[in-house]
Amino acid sequence: MNVRAHVSMTFHLDKCIGCHTCSVACKNLWTDRKGTEYMWWNNVETRPGTGYPTGWEDQERFKGGWEKKNGQLELRLHSRARGLTNLFYNPALPELDDYYEPFTFDYQNLFNAPEGDDQPVARPISMITGEPMNLEAGPNWDDDLGGSNLYAQNDPNWAGVAPEIQAQMAEIERVAFNYMPRICNHCLNPACVAACPSGAIYKRAEDGVVLVNENKCKGWRMCVAACPYKKVYYNWATGKSEKCILCFPRLETGQAPACFHSCVGRIRYLGVILYDADRIATAAKAETQELVQAQLDAILDPFDPAVMAAARANGLGEDWIKAAQASPVYKFVKVWKLALPLHPEYRTMAMLFYIPPLSPIVSTIEEGLVKLELPPEQIDFELFNHLQKARLPLEYLANLFAAGNVEVVKPILRKLLAVRIYKRRQSVEGTIDQATLQLVEAAGTTPEEIEAIYQLTAKPTLQERFVVPPYHREMAVEVWNDPLAHKGETGVGFLELPVRGD
Amino acid sequence: MSDWIKELEAPTERKWEEFYRNRFAHDKRVRTTHGVNCTGSCSWEVFVKDGVVTWELQATDYPAIDPNLPDITPRGCQRGVSYSWYLYSPIRVKYPYARGALVDLWREAREKHPDPVEAWKSLVSDPEKRRRWQRARGKGGFRRFSWDEALEIIAASLVHTIKQHGPDRIIGFSPIPAMSQISYAAGSRFLSLLGGVPMSFYDWYCDLPNASPEIWGEQTDVHEAADWYNARFIAVVGSNLNMTRTPDVHYVAEGRYAGAKFTVFAPDFNQVAKYADWWLPINPGQDGAFWMAVNHVILKEFYLLKQVPYFVNYLKRYTDSPLLVEVKEGRPGRYLRAGQLSEYADQENGEWKLLVWDEKSGSPRMPGGSIGFRWQSEKGKWNLELKDAKTGQEIDPLLSFRDVADEVVQLEFDDFGTDQKQKRGVPIKKLITKDRQQVAVTTVFDLLMAQFGVDRGLGGEYPQSYDEVGPYTPAWQERYTGIHRDTLVRYAREWAENGEKTQGKNLIIIGAGANHWYHNNLLYRAGIVALMLTGAVGVNGGGLAHYVGQEKLANQASWGPIAFAGDWGYPSRQQNTPSFHYVHSDQWRYERGYKDYDRTVGPKTDHTIDHQARAVRKGWLPFFPQFNKSSLEVVEEAQKAGAQTDQEIVAYVVKQLKEGKLEFAIDDPDAPVNWPRVWFIWRGNAIGTSAKGHEFFLKHYLGTHTNSVAEEQANGHVSEVRYRKEAPQGKLDLVVDLNFRMDTSALYSDIVLPTASWYEKEDLNTTDMHTYINPMQAAVPPLWESKSDWEIYKAVAQKFSELAKTHLSRPVKDIVMIPLQHDTPDELAQPDDRDWKKGEVEAIPGKTMPKFRIVERQYPLVYEKMISLGDAIEKNGVGMHGLTIPAGDFYDDLRKSQGRRLNGSVYPSLEDARQVAEAILYLDPVSNGELSYRAFKDEEKKTGVKLTDLAEPVRDTRISFSDLVAQPRRQLTTPTWSAIINQGRPYSPFTLNVERLIPWRTLSGRQHFYLDHPNYLAWGEHLPTYKPRPDHSMLLETEISKAQAQGKLLNYITPHGKWSIHSTYSDNHRMMTLSRGGYPIWLNDKDARELGIRDNDWVELFNDNGVFVQRCIVSARIPRGTVFVYHATERTLSVPRSPLRGKRAGMNNSITRARLKPVLMSGGYAQFTYAFNYWGPVGVNRDTFVYVRRIEAPQW
Repeated sequence: MNVRAHVSMTFHLDKCIGCHTCSVACKNLWTDRKGTEYMWWNNVETRPGTGYPTGWEDQERFKGGWEKKNGQLELRLHSRARGLTNLFYNPALPELDDYYEPFTFDYQNLFNAPEGDDQPVARPISMITGEPMNLEAGPNWDDDLGGSNLYAQNDPNWAGVAPEIQAQMAEIERVAFNYMPRICNHCLNPACVAACPSGAIYKRAEDGVVLVNENKCKGWRMCVAACPYKKVYYNWATGKSEKCILCFPRLETGQAPACFHSCVGRIRYLGVILYDADRIATAAKAETQELVQAQLDAILDPFDPAVMAAARANGLGEDWIKAAQASPVYKFVKVWKLALPLHPEYRTMAMLFYIPPLSPIVSTIEEGLVKLELPPEQIDFELFNHLQKARLPLEYLANLFAAGNVEVVKPILRKLLAVRIYKRRQSVEGTIDQATLQLVEAAGTTPEEIEAIYQLTAKPTLQERFVVPPYHREMAVEVWNDPLAHKGETGVGFLELPVRGD
Repeated sequence: MSDWIKELEAPTERKWEEFYRNRFAHDKRVRTTHGVNCTGSCSWEVFVKDGVVTWELQATDYPAIDPNLPDITPRGCQRGVSYSWYLYSPIRVKYPYARGALVDLWREAREKHPDPVEAWKSLVSDPEKRRRWQRARGKGGFRRFSWDEALEIIAASLVHTIKQHGPDRIIGFSPIPAMSQISYAAGSRFLSLLGGVPMSFYDWYCDLPNASPEIWGEQTDVHEAADWYNARFIAVVGSNLNMTRTPDVHYVAEGRYAGAKFTVFAPDFNQVAKYADWWLPINPGQDGAFWMAVNHVILKEFYLLKQVPYFVNYLKRYTDSPLLVEVKEGRPGRYLRAGQLSEYADQENGEWKLLVWDEKSGSPRMPGGSIGFRWQSEKGKWNLELKDAKTGQEIDPLLSFRDVADEVVQLEFDDFGTDQKQKRGVPIKKLITKDRQQVAVTTVFDLLMAQFGVDRGLGGEYPQSYDEVGPYTPAWQERYTGIHRDTLVRYAREWAENGEKTQGKNLIIIGAGANHWYHNNLLYRAGIVALMLTGAVGVNGGGLAHYVGQEKLANQASWGPIAFAGDWGYPSRQQNTPSFHYVHSDQWRYERGYKDYDRTVGPKTDHTIDHQARAVRKGWLPFFPQFNKSSLEVVEEAQKAGAQTDQEIVAYVVKQLKEGKLEFAIDDPDAPVNWPRVWFIWRGNAIGTSAKGHEFFLKHYLGTHTNSVAEEQANGHVSEVRYRKEAPQGKLDLVVDLNFRMDTSALYSDIVLPTASWYEKEDLNTTDMHTYINPMQAAVPPLWESKSDWEIYKAVAQKFSELAKTHLSRPVKDIVMIPLQHDTPDELAQPDDRDWKKGEVEAIPGKTMPKFRIVERQYPLVYEKMISLGDAIEKNGVGMHGLTIPAGDFYDDLRKSQGRRLNGSVYPSLEDARQVAEAILYLDPVSNGELSYRAFKDEEKKTGVKLTDLAEPVRDTRISFSDLVAQPRRQLTTPTWSAIINQGRPYSPFTLNVERLIPWRTLSGRQHFYLDHPNYLAWGEHLPTYKPRPDHSMLLETEISKAQAQGKLLNYITPHGKWSIHSTYSDNHRMMTLSRGGYPIWLNDKDARELGIRDNDWVELFNDNGVFVQRCIVSARIPRGTVFVYHATERTLSVPRSPLRGKRAGMNNSITRARLKPVLMSGGYAQFTYAFNYWGPVGVNRDTFVYVRRIEAPQW
C-alpha cells in the first residue's frame, strides 16, 4: 500500500444553476492577459451540447486519453500519431475554429465618431487582428440549448439512447438540459503528463495538482492533444501551455480555489482523498464496465488504522490525515457512492467527481394538451419507481459518467430521490411510516445516511464544503532557503511578463 | 506508482511556481457591493494591487440567520464578478462629454451673453438653434469638455426653466434607490429642493404587482430567499430564478432536499425548469386561467366536500371572506357599511367600517380593523381581534349564508373569456338599514363560490363537473393554458393537501413572466386566492414571493425625508412615470384607447388619456407639469388678486381651475407650455432600456431620428384632452446623463457626466432578498475625472445656487399639487366616485381633487440645504406606512457628531456621502433599536395590541457604517415592515399581521378577495376573474408592417436574461464573450425552419413601433409562436442598420409601446390611494407582436 494524498473535487450537478460565476472568477484571476484570451480553465457546458472546445469528447478526432491495447495502456495520441515523429505536425490538435476567435468591440467609436446622419455603433472586432469580424463561435456558444439542432443533437453522448427519445428531446414532451462545469480533473493517471516531450508537466506530490512548468515547457502542445478533456491550452503569446492550477496559491493559504469559492449554486466540494498509488496502473486498465469501481477501490478509508499507518509511513502529517477524514469528497464518492468521474473510459482517473442530476418528469401531448406522465400511485416524487420517465435519459447520463453503464447511474438517482422522499415525509407528515422505511431500504440507504447526505447537500457550511488541508510551506521553503531569511526576502525583486520563446 | 506519472516533490525544481503566486499576491481587499438593479445586494471583496482593482470575489462572512437554514454565502453572480472589467474598460466614461453642436452654439452664445442664463435663453428661444442639437442627438459628435463648462450649462438651463416655465418642467429619472441609496438621493433631493419632478420606476418597469396593493394595501412585501427553504410546495410562475435570483436559487435546490415539491410554470424550458419535479409548459400569459381553475378545485374539494379547520379559521380572521356585500340589481355591489345600520349609526367614519354576520348572535356585527378605525379619533381599535369593536363581544363570523339564507337570488357573473354572462344562485340575508330601507346582503365567500362556479345546489348556470367547459373548471382552462385537466386536478389537490398538512407552507414565487402582461393584476389575484384559500399568507414558507424589480429600501423611514427633502418640509413632486411617458412621449396618440383591448361590464367608450385626465383632477394620480402656467407665476397671480394666506392662495387656484381660467397641463399635453424641458438621468438607462416605446421617445422627446412607422389613431377618440394636429417633436431642451459607461441613454444625451463606479464611492445597499445591510466603499478613488453622484449633484447645486443669487434671489412661493395619499387620512376621501368638473360634487382640495401645498423656495440656499439635514426631522421624527417615530434626541446627537452651521444654526452635515450614510442608519428603526421600540410603541397605540416585546431585546442596538464595513449586519424587526425576524426567523411577509393581529392597510384591514371600488365594479374586476390577452388585432401595431412581412406574426417576449442585469453588464466584455457577442433573438426551431432562418443568421424583428436587428438563436426549448429577446439590450453594440427602415436598428424597446390599464388609476379610496411607486397604472410590455425575417448580410 503506497498511500498518497490528493486534493479532490465533487460537483453536485443537481444543484448547478449554470451561472458561470466560476468561469469569470477564474478568468479574472488567471487568464485575463494576452495569449490567454480563449482559455477557459473553468467553463460550464450546457448538456446536451458539444461543449468547449466544440466537440471535445470526439476522441476519434482529438485522440485524447488512454486506450487499452493488448492489456497495456497506451496514449491514444501516440498510438495513432506515432509519438515524437509528429512533433512538428500534430493533426489531433484543436484549431482556432474548434475554440473561437477572441472578439471585442470597437467601444471607442461611441465616443469618437464624428457627427453623422445615423447612430454610431461599436462593431465586433477580432482581438487577434483588430479588424471587424463576424462572430461564428464562442466559448459557450450552445448555452441553454442555443442552436440545439446543431449542437445538442451532435452531442456524442446519445449512443444507446433510443432514437424516439432523442427525437422527443427536441419536443416539448422531453426537452431538457443540465449544466456541466468543467475544470482540469487533476487526474491520477494524467495523459498530459505522459505526453509531454519536455517533461514539463508534473503532479505535485503533496496534493496531486497537475502543473505545467512554465520554465520547462517548450510549447510542443502534446499535452493539449493528449488531454481528453481539452483542459490544457497553448498560450500563443508566450509559446507555452497553461492549464488550471487549482488555484494552488489559494490552497496553500487555506482558501478554496476561486471557482469553488465563487460557486453561488454551492455545488462544489473540495477535500483530501487518500489513495493507493500502487493500484493506479491496475485500475486504469480495468474492463470498461468496471472502471468506476476500480477507481473507487484505489481510494482508501482514512479511518482504517492500516491506511493511517501507511500514510504516516509515507510522510503524511496528522493534519492531512485529519483533513482526509473530514473530506466531503470522500463521503460523496466512496461512502455514499453518489459521485462519478467524467468519462471514466478515458482511463485518466479523473479526480473530479460529479453527482448526476435529476430532471423533471416527462409529459405527453393529448389532443394538443400537455399532460404530465404521473403514475397513478401516490408517491411524493414520482420518478423514484420510474427513472425512465425523467426528462434526461439514463443512458445519456451513463454515457457521461459511467462509460454507458446505466446500472451505475440508477442507484445514485434513486438515492437522491430517497433523501427527498424521506425528508418530505418527515417534515410534512411529521412521521416516517413503514412504507417510507421500505423505500429507503430499497434505495440502498438508511435514515442515518439520509440525514448525513441531506446535511451535506442542503445545509453545508463553507467549512464543510471546502476542507482545505494545512500546507506546510515553511517545510518546502526550508529545502532551499532559511525560512527566516525567506520571511524577509519573499516578494522582493522584479516582476516581468513572460516573453515568447523564453 | 507507474513511471509515466511524474510526481514531483522537490521544492527546488518547483520554484517556478511563483509565476502564479505572484499573480495572486495583492495589496488590499475592500468590502463593497454592486449598485445594480438586481436586488442582489451581495457583499463583495475587491482586490487591489498596485493601486489598481484587479478582481473581485464574494465576501463570505455574513452572520448566519439560523443553523437550521442553509447559510447565505457566497452571494454574487457571473455579472457581479465581471464588474471590475468596467473600471478601466474602453466603454468607461472618464471625462465630461457634450454634443459638439451644443458646445459650439453655447460658446457662441456665451460670447454674446456674459450671463450664462441669458446665453441659455438665447439658444432655447431660437427654434433653429434648438433643433440643431436635438437633431444631432444619438448621432455621434461627442466632445470632451470641462466640468466647469458642463456645470454652467446645466445650472443655466435650470435657472432659465424655473424662470420661464416653472420648476416642474425639470424632471429626473433614476431607478431603484435601494441599490445605492445615497446616489439616488443625491438627485432626488436636489430636484425636490428645486421643486422639480422625481419620476417613479417600479410601476413604469411594470414590476409593481398591482394585486399587492389591491389585496394587501402593500406595495410589495416578499420573503427573503432563505425562507424559500421553509416552503414545502413551491410554484414558480413566470420567474426564472437562475436568471434573476442567481445568488438565491440555491435555497430552492436545497429546499428540494429538505422535502419541498418544486413545480415550474414557464412556456419555455427555462433555466429554473431543470430543478423542477413538474415543469408545466403553460401558454404564455395564461397562468391566471390555471390558477382560477385550481381555485375551483380547492373550493369544491376543500371547502364544500370537506372542511379544513385551519383553512376556515384562517379565512374568517385574516380575509374579507365573511364580510357582507350588498346585492343590487342582480349583481354584487358595495360592502355594507356599519354606518348604514342603526346599531352603528353613531360610529365615527361609519361609512368606512365593514360588517360580518356573527354566527353566535345571528346578527350583523362590526369587527375592528376596518380603515375607519385606523383614522378615527379614538385609537386602539384597529386590529384583527374577532370582537365587536363597539360592544367588545366575541364574534364568530359566518362564512356562508347557505344554511341561514332568507332567500337565494340569481346574480349575474361575467365570463370575459367568451364575453358572456352567467346567472348563478347566491344565498342572501335581508337587513333593514337605519333609513328603513331593506338591503340584501351576501358574504364575500358566497360570492367566491358562485364566481368560481362551485355548485352548492343553489340553482343557476353552474358547471356540473370538472369536465364541463365553463368558468372556471379544469376543462375550461385547457383552451387557454394548454395544460390537460387531469394534470390540473392533480396539481390542485396536491397543492391544497400540502397546505392542509403544513398549515400553509405553500409558496408562489412569481415574476416578470406573469407581471408584464396587460391583465397582470388579475393573473396575480388568481394565484393569491390559491394562497389565501390554503392559509399560506403570513406564514414562514408560505405566501406570494414576487421578484421583479422589487426593491426594499429597508431604512426607508429615515432615507425618505433625506431623499425627498422632507427634512426641510418640502413636499416632493413625485410623478408616476407610466402616466408621464404615456402622455408626454405622445404614445397616447397612437392608439384609440383601452376599449380596444380591455373588457368592461358595460359599454365604455372613452380613451385611456381621458381616464388619466380625470384621475389627475380627482386627485387620484399626480401629473406634472401641474398647470399650463408656471406654478410660481400662479401664486404671484393669486397674491396680486389679493390672496394672502396659503388657504387664500389655494382657494384662488381652485376657483381658477373651476372656471377654466387655469388648466391642468394634462388637459393639453402637447402645448409647448406643458412640455418637460430639462431631464436628468442617473443610475439608469431612461432613454434606452427603460423607455417603453423607445422610438416615440426619440421622436417626441428628443426630436431625432426614429424607426417608427406607426400612424396616429387618437384623433376623434379623445374627449377630456385637447388633440393638437401637429405632434410635437423634440420637447426637451436638455438631457443630462450621469454615467460610468457609454450606454444608449448616454449616447442620446446632450451632456454626459462621468460618475464614480461602485468600487469608487461610499453608499448603502439593501434588498428584500435578504435582511442584511451592505455598505459600498471606495477601493480606489473616483477614476479619471469622475465624481460620485452625491458629489455631482452637489456641484450642480452649488453652481445653480450661485446663478440663482442673480436670477432668483428673492424667496418665492410655489404651489405644489399632490394626489390623495396612501397611509394618510386621505384614504377616506372619496366613498363615491364623483367628478367636480361635471358638477357632481364640490371641488374640495384633498377630498374631491388634489391637495395643494404652498411652500417657500429660497433658490440661492439650495446648495446649503442640500448638504444640511433639516430640522423637520427633529420636530416630526421619522416614519413610514402611517407610523410616527420620534427621533429628536438622535437628531441632536448627529448635530454634535457631524454638525455644520447654516444661517447661525447647527444642523447635521450631509456634506459627505459617509455622513449621509451615518444619518440614515442612526435615524432608522431597522438599524437603531430604540427607534424600533418607539415604532412599536406607536403601533401599539394605533392597534391596542401588545407589540413592544418584539423590540425590547434590541433597544440598545445601533448599527453604524463602520459596523457594516466590518461585517454585514442583519436588520431589526420593526413595524415599518411586516415580518418578525427575531430569533433566527427568516423574513416572511405579513407574519406580523398574522401573529400579532395588526391589520393590513386596506379598506377592511383584511386581505381582500373582493374589491368594491366603483371602477372595479364597472370593469368587472370586483371578484377574481379571468380576462383574455389582448390579441394583435386590438393593438394596432402591426398593420403597416404586415405588408413588408413574409412570415407569421409572433408574440414578442422579453424575459430577464443571463448575461446582464437589465442593460448593465450587457456590454461587458466577459458577458458578451460567454454569450453570443450580441443581443440574440431566440426562435423555436420549427418556426425558424418555416421562416427560412438558421442558427446565427441575422434577422430583422419589426412592427409599426420600430425595428430590431440581431443574430438569431434557434432552439427547441423555445415555444412555437413566440420570439424571445432577453431584455435589456443596448443599441450601442453590434447593432447593424435595418434594411427595412434604413437607419441603425434599435433595441428591445423599439418594438414596444406603453398601454395603461384605467382601472389601476383608481384613487382616493382606502388602499386605492396614490403613493410613489406604490399604486397606479403600470407600463406593460409583453402583449406585443412582431414579424421576423432573415437578412442576407448586415449593413453597418
